This record gives sequence, structure tokens and C-alpha cells, in this order.
Amino acid sequence: MTKVIDAPRRIGQAFDTDELVLNMGPQHPSTHGVLRVVLRLDGERVVDADCVIGYIHRGVEKLCENRDWTQIVLLTDRMDYVAAATSNLGYVEAVEKLMQVEVPRRARYIRTILAELQRIASHCLWLGTHAMDIGAMTVLLYSFREREFVLDLFEEYCGARLTYNSMRVGGLPLDIPTGWDKRVLAFCDVMETKLDEYEELLTNNRIWLGRTRDIGVISGEDATALGLCGPPLRGSGVSRDVRKDEPNAAYEEFEFDIPLGTRGDTYDRYLIRLEEFKQSIRILRQAVEGLPEGPVMGKVPRLIKPPAGETYHPVESPKGELGYFIVSDGRSTNPYRFRVRPPSFCNLQALNRLCKGHLVADVVALIGTIDIVLGEVDR
Amino acid sequence: MLDTFVIPLLQIAVLVNAVLVAVTFLVLMERKVMGWAQARLGPMRVGPYGILQAIVDPIKLILKEDITPAKADKWVFTLAPIMSLVPALVVFSVIPFGPDPLYYVADINVGLLFIISVTSIGVYGIILGGWSSNSKYPLLASLRASAQLISYEIAVVMTLVSVVLTAGTLNMIGIVEAQREAGLWFAFIQPVACVLVFIGGLAETNRLPFDLPEAETELTGGFHTEYSGMRWALFFLAEYANIIVISAIVALMFFGGWMRPFPNVEALSFLDLVPPWVWYCGKIFFFLYIFVWIRATFPRYRYDQLMALGWKVFIPIAIGNLVLTGIAKVVL
Amino acid sequence: MDAFVFYLLATLILGLGIMVITARNAVHSVLFLVLNFLLVAILYVTLSAQFVAVIQVLVYAGGIVVLYLFVVMLVSLKKAPELRSDSRRVGRTGLLLAGVVLAELIAIVWFTSASSGAPPAQAAADFPPRLASDAMLNTERLGWVLYTEYLIPFEVASMLLLVAMIGAIVLAKKNL
Repeated sequence: MTKVIDAPRRIGQAFDTDELVLNMGPQHPSTHGVLRVVLRLDGERVVDADCVIGYIHRGVEKLCENRDWTQIVLLTDRMDYVAAATSNLGYVEAVEKLMQVEVPRRARYIRTILAELQRIASHCLWLGTHAMDIGAMTVLLYSFREREFVLDLFEEYCGARLTYNSMRVGGLPLDIPTGWDKRVLAFCDVMETKLDEYEELLTNNRIWLGRTRDIGVISGEDATALGLCGPPLRGSGVSRDVRKDEPNAAYEEFEFDIPLGTRGDTYDRYLIRLEEFKQSIRILRQAVEGLPEGPVMGKVPRLIKPPAGETYHPVESPKGELGYFIVSDGRSTNPYRFRVRPPSFCNLQALNRLCKGHLVADVVALIGTIDIVLGEVDR
Repeated sequence: MLDTFVIPLLQIAVLVNAVLVAVTFLVLMERKVMGWAQARLGPMRVGPYGILQAIVDPIKLILKEDITPAKADKWVFTLAPIMSLVPALVVFSVIPFGPDPLYYVADINVGLLFIISVTSIGVYGIILGGWSSNSKYPLLASLRASAQLISYEIAVVMTLVSVVLTAGTLNMIGIVEAQREAGLWFAFIQPVACVLVFIGGLAETNRLPFDLPEAETELTGGFHTEYSGMRWALFFLAEYANIIVISAIVALMFFGGWMRPFPNVEALSFLDLVPPWVWYCGKIFFFLYIFVWIRATFPRYRYDQLMALGWKVFIPIAIGNLVLTGIAKVVL
Repeated sequence: MDAFVFYLLATLILGLGIMVITARNAVHSVLFLVLNFLLVAILYVTLSAQFVAVIQVLVYAGGIVVLYLFVVMLVSLKKAPELRSDSRRVGRTGLLLAGVVLAELIAIVWFTSASSGAPPAQAAADFPPRLASDAMLNTERLGWVLYTEYLIPFEVASMLLLVAMIGAIVLAKKNL
């Protein structure tokens, strides 16, 4: 127990109560990796929560500045390792924007399919771990069962199950295998029924409601001011989705809705992600059914060397707005400056704000609701 | 000599061993049932369908290194798991597995109170285990444990009092006999009490959705975070033994104990071919299954919600039930 | 046999009592206290007062001491501030208090044995409540005695507890 100097003391309080400083993590079952949260507790109530990050900092950005433009795709896999495809997508599109390369329509469609499959896989992981943190163990195994289908599809497409390296500047390395599109549609049908299973276990469960309703409320203005993105921002009712606002890949050709929350609490963020499952399935169906014929690789030079210049390109990763800021000097075969705006990192800064006044048990629920991947936070 | 020492000692030896073996298989059953509930198989490697897992697990735990943290209070740290296991085993001495003296170790006229009071001692194991580890998560957990166990104990005891009023005795055998005389299981006479005792039992044994003292995802294991090897296993022996105790109490007080269904219906007397202890163990097994089932289904309560549930819902209902039972007893 | 058990228990209880007040660590004190209460419960069993024994375990060992422990754990984490600023004065006060209590005990023993008209134990044995019979079990008889002969003290005691409870809530809650 540490004596906190100048601890705020309420007037009329008879007892001199100390605050307990509790180190949550980096080894902790529910900090989703190696996040360390230094909690100052008054009893079990959180007075302050400090995030300490950097435990798996690998210097990805600096590494990228020393690789050539094709090799970087592989490094982007290692940032958000549970959503590698959207990381690939953001990077290759940023380079294409810089080089002004025309990407074939079929490639853009397949990219969309990959990105949406990835969103489902990532949300499955989120749902399972979030529910696990709140104590519902079964949901984890159910959602991992479905995630397995997605990983199988990815394996069939590119041979890898986690770090796909699935895109290239100018298009895709591979066309889809025969029958793959049918299997994606079949998966959509399965996934829809499984979603009901999750909802049955959680959505109207009194304990689940008690644990998530009015926990970590954040208003739309505050969320915007903090730079939140993705489901945590939309949970507070702010309509911002890169897929709609600045359409990339083939998103402008599909119909889908952006679910919005009203209260901005953990339960709303949960509902939004569940709805995103459904919207992803909707996009997948449209994309697979309307998949155009044609090549999957555009015209790009053998040696990729973008002209001098800089660009920022955001995509909507499962966790929020994933942006790549790239500077090319036009002479070398590697980027001059490579900077990522990772959604997990930006959303994590809300943790302190969300935790204050809640109990220790809520901290794990709130880490879960932000949906972080430490590989992306630290890079 | 034979009656006063040898037979009771033999009974105790058989009972304790039976309970401990039952506990290891309960762990296996939990893993299997949860596996099936969660679209997986559970343990499959050791023996056919993983049955030998129940034997291998304790061996592994005995062989594991037993660590005492340097800053721990060594005596209390060692004592805590024992304090938690012993009451759980002692309770079985007054649980009758059948009407015959062969089926129980002791028949005391305050049997139910004895069970309640002995289980209330078990909380020391958890509190002291958490405190003596000299670590923050276990400390928080043991504070939670003491508050939780006391609050739920009040509710459970008050509920049991209404059952005692219905039965007119505190004697465990008397309670079963009272159900035979009433011609009805007390679950039908006291449905509210039955549900309350079972839920309170969930809370007292630290099971989901009330497993806050050992909430793995919050407190990294709670009071036993610093324990390893056999000492850790003792805590779990105690927890699972307590689950069996609660199931046994519920089966005995509300579902007729060792009696076959419809004990007063002559037409069903062929059911008596099954020995009474088998009936009783079958009923206990049913409640054990519900324990596991609940664990596979529910999320976990938060600490303040748990206390609110205990004090603002359970205790008032228990008191109301007690008052109604008293009135019914006087009027009828 | 009975006498031997009694003296053995009495010795252990007194020994543990001394351990309670001499233990350095407050949590150890509480542990000795629990043991002490359990032994007292055994003492009740030897007196055939099973109900009282069980209640002793349930209420004292299982309930009240848990609360003690709760408080001790919350408070004693930190080194307690140095209380013995003037150890001699504390010692003197303690001796004085101990003397008073001793005198009181002696006085009680003296006067009860002197006016040996009806010692309480005797009274309880003689006491024939209207329905209490020898066939009744220990627990039932206790209930009869409590609710007939000692009804008023019983109710007064429960009122006292109620007042204490409300008082504690009022003290603990800053704004009701």
C-alpha cells in the first residue's frame, strides 16, 4: 500500500483512507496482451488508470523505412495480427494513392471480401474475449469456432491463417481458388445463425446487461475530442465510418448501414459490433454475387518507386480508422517516412476517462470494449 | 469398543475417501460437461474418453513444486488451505446417505445448524489465504470473499430456518422423515426457499456467476493467485467438496434425500430395489450437473451488484418467506 | 474423564486467550481467538449444550470474528502508529482495570455463593415451563425457556442489537 501524497480528501471524512496502487498487467489474463494499467484504487473504485504501453514495441515503422515497398506488406501483418488483411489493405492502397495506380475492379472486390471476412474474424475474437473477461466463458469457444471458418477461408486463399501477406501494390498476388466464392456465401449463411446463438447467451442476459449498461459512458463530443474511432466512436452516436465517408476498395458499390449507438456505453458498443457482423455479411454477399471477371493485378512497374510526395490514407479496420502516412522521396526504393495511425492506440487513450469512478471489475470490461491489440498499439 | 471407535472410524475413512474421489471425478465431469456445452470434447487423452484424467490430475498436483512466496506469512499461508478443506470434509459426517445408522457417521439433533456453522468456518481459509500471500490481488479477493460469504450466509440461513419450521426439526434424518409424512418434497412446499438456497449455495461456493473471490479475468485467480502445487489443490478440493455439500443439502432438504420418488405410493415399491444411497447420490449428481451447467452459461456479477443482490433481494425474500411460513404454521 | 476433559479444555482456552493478547500480529491474534471460540464450543458440547455450542461456532467463530478479520486486514496493512508513547502509564491503567475486573469477579462469586438460595443453574433446572418436559430436546427446551421465563431480557437484548445496528448505519453513512 502506497501513501499517495496530497490524496484528495473529502471534508468531513472521518477516516484517513489510503489509495491502493494496483498494477494490472503486463501479465494479466484480461489485458489482451501486454498492456499494463496502473490503477489507483479507493477500495475497489478506480480513482485513476494509467496505461503503460511499449512491452511489445518492435519498431515496425522504423523497420518499414528500411524495407522496400513490397516487403512492407509483410510487416503490416505484424501490427494488428488478428486483422492482418485490413492492415495490408490500408498500406497497399496508400502506396497506390501515391503512385496513382489503377487497381482492377476484380481485385478491389476481392480486397473488400477479404477485409470484411477479416472484420468478422476480428469481431469474433473481440466478442469471445470481451465475454470471457466478464465471465461468460462459453461465448469465447463459440465465437472461435466461427473464426475458424474464416481462417480456413484465408488459408485456402493465401495459405496463411494469421499473417496473410495477402495483397500487393496494384492488386493481389493471387486470384481466388475455384469454388472459394461459394464457400464464402456458405459461411455467410452459417454465421448468420451463429449470431443468434451469441445474442441468446448475452444480449438479454440480466447479468450481461448489469455489467455493460451505463459502464464507461462517453458522449459524442468527448469521443470526438479524444480522437476515438471505430465502434467506440459510433457507440456514442457519431456517424463516422471510413467505408462510407472516404470509400476505398469497392465499398462505394455496396449497400450497407452504419450502426450507431445512443448512450455511448459498453452495451451500445457491444450491440454495434454485433450489428457490424450482420452488415459485413451483407457486404460479403453483394461482393461475392457481383464479383466481376478480369485480372487481379494492375499495371505496376517491376520496381516500385513512388514519385516524391506524401499521402495519408485511412481504411476502416475492425477496430476503427487505420491510417497510413507515407512520405516518399522519389529516389530510393523504401519510404522516407512511414507512420501508422493505429486505431487501438488512439482508442486506448480513452481508457483512463472510461475507468474513472468504476470498479476494478469494470476495468476489464472496458479494456475489452475498446478492443485493442497490443501489437498495433506498440507496433 | 467396536461400536464407539472401530465402526465410526471405518465409516469416516470410507466417507473421506469417497468424497475426495468424488471431487476428482467432479472436476472431470465439469470439464467434460463444459466441453460438450462449448462445442468441444473436453479431456480425451488419458484413458478412454479421458476418464483417467481424474487420477492423473491429482498426481500432477502432488508432484508440482510447492512455492511459498518470500514475503508471505508462512504459518498462515500453510494453514489456510487446510482450514478451508477440513470444514468441507467435516460437514459430511452429519449428512445421512440413508435411514440406516450404517449410512451416516453422526446423528445429532442440531444437524442442520452443525452443517451451517461448520461451513461458515471454511471462509477463514479463503480470507487468510488471500491475506497471508502478501499480494494485492489475493488481498482484494479475500476482502470480497469475506463480505460475500457473510452476506449470503445470512440469506441462506434465514431461508433454511423456514424449512426447519416446516419440518419441525433440525435433525437431518428428521427433515427427510418429515417429507415422507408430508407426502411431498419440500421443494413443492417451499419452492422459494429451494431456489434461494441453491443460488445462495452458488455464492457460498464461489461459483459462477458469483465467483468473485477467484475471478480469474479480474483478479488473476483471486485468493489462490500465489498458491501452487498441492496447497492450491487443497483449495480446489475444498471448493468442490463444498459444491457437493450444497448439492447434498439441497437434495436432502428439498428433494427427499435418500427416499425414492413417491415414497408413499405402494404401486411404485419396486423402486425400493435401488438402495437408498443410490437414490441420494443420483439426486446429488443432478444438482452437481446444474452447477456445471450454470458455469457454462452465465457471465459474472460485479462485486457491488452481488452485494446488492444479496442484501436487497435475497435477505428480504428470505425474511418474507420465513414470516409467511410462520403464519402458515400457526394457521394450519 | 469429564473433569480431565474440562481442565484440559480450560487450560487450552486460557492459554489461547493469553496468545490472543500477546501475539504480535493482529491477524494471528484473531486466529487464536477463533481457536479459542472453537474450544469453548467443545466445552459446551461436554456440558450437553449442543445447540449453544453450534451457535457459538456459527455466530462467534463464523460470523463476528470474520468481521474482526475484515477490519484488521484493512487496518493493519500499515504499521500502526506508535501507541506506547508512555508505556508505564498504559501499564498502570491496565493494572487498575484488571484489578477492578478481578474484584468484580470475586464479588460475584462471593455473593452468589453466599446467598445460595437459588443459583441460576439451579433455577433453570427447577424451572418447569408449562409445556417443557424432560422428553423435549435440548434445543426445544432452550426455546421454551427463552420465550417464557426470559422473554423480557431477550426482547431487550434484541432491541439493543437493533439500536446498535441502526446506530452503526447512521455513523457509517454520511448522507442518509
